[in-house]
Amino acid sequence: MVTAVSTLGRNGVADWVIQRVSALILAAYTIFIVAFIGANPQLDFATWHGLFDQLWMRIFSLMTLISMAAHGWIGLWAVLTDYVTERMMGSKALTLRILVLGAYAVVTLAYLVWGFEMLWGF
Amino acid sequence: MNKKRPVNLDLWTIQFPIAALVSITHRVSGVVLLAGILILMWMLDASLASEESFLELQTILANPIAKFVLWAVLAALAYHLVMGLRHLLMDLGIGESLEGGRRGATVAVVIAVILILAAGWWVW
Repeated sequence: MVTAVSTLGRNGVADWVIQRVSALILAAYTIFIVAFIGANPQLDFATWHGLFDQLWMRIFSLMTLISMAAHGWIGLWAVLTDYVTERMMGSKALTLRILVLGAYAVVTLAYLVWGFEMLWGF
Repeated sequence: MNKKRPVNLDLWTIQFPIAALVSITHRVSGVVLLAGILILMWMLDASLASEESFLELQTILANPIAKFVLWAVLAALAYHLVMGLRHLLMDLGIGESLEGGRRGATVAVVIAVILILAAGWWVW
């Protein structure tokens, strides 16, 4: 039986949409940061700090971080349920999947709090 | 369903088409990025915390090993980004056919290699 309890959106269509929306945000942020650093070859602290002083940049960064948390969960879930399966390793598979996803959840929550702190804490 | 039908689950005996290779490497690069993001977040933190830590980060990134690690993370990011964009194009119905999938995968690999080399040039 396929259980949906460990999927992010609780069903495949929701996960499919979340994975793509988060992908667009992650792609936009990556391209923006690369373009900004590319446009400022001798990047100094004041310019860089000035960028992150803007409210829209902090919001954009936090949106990216939240997207990353969701995107990583869905991706990791897909990989685990494809390769760490009962067929491959018997009843240990579920325990291993829960442990890995649980570790990811803890680390990702820490990332989110850390990210919030680094964006608004300075 | 006939349960006696032949199945071959020994993947090592199958020659993978390029679309399959691109798919599995997309996943590998994604898992690598789960760790890589820690490095990127540490860099962001150091770059924003203070001017001293910003300059300290620049010194650290002058180290060849640090350059290599950063390049590896950027390579995984570039690869995953290009393959992800290919997926989004395929969601729009572009390159969905067998031949289109092969061609799209080949083009994506070429673009990814160019970006990875560019990232290396940028880091060094």
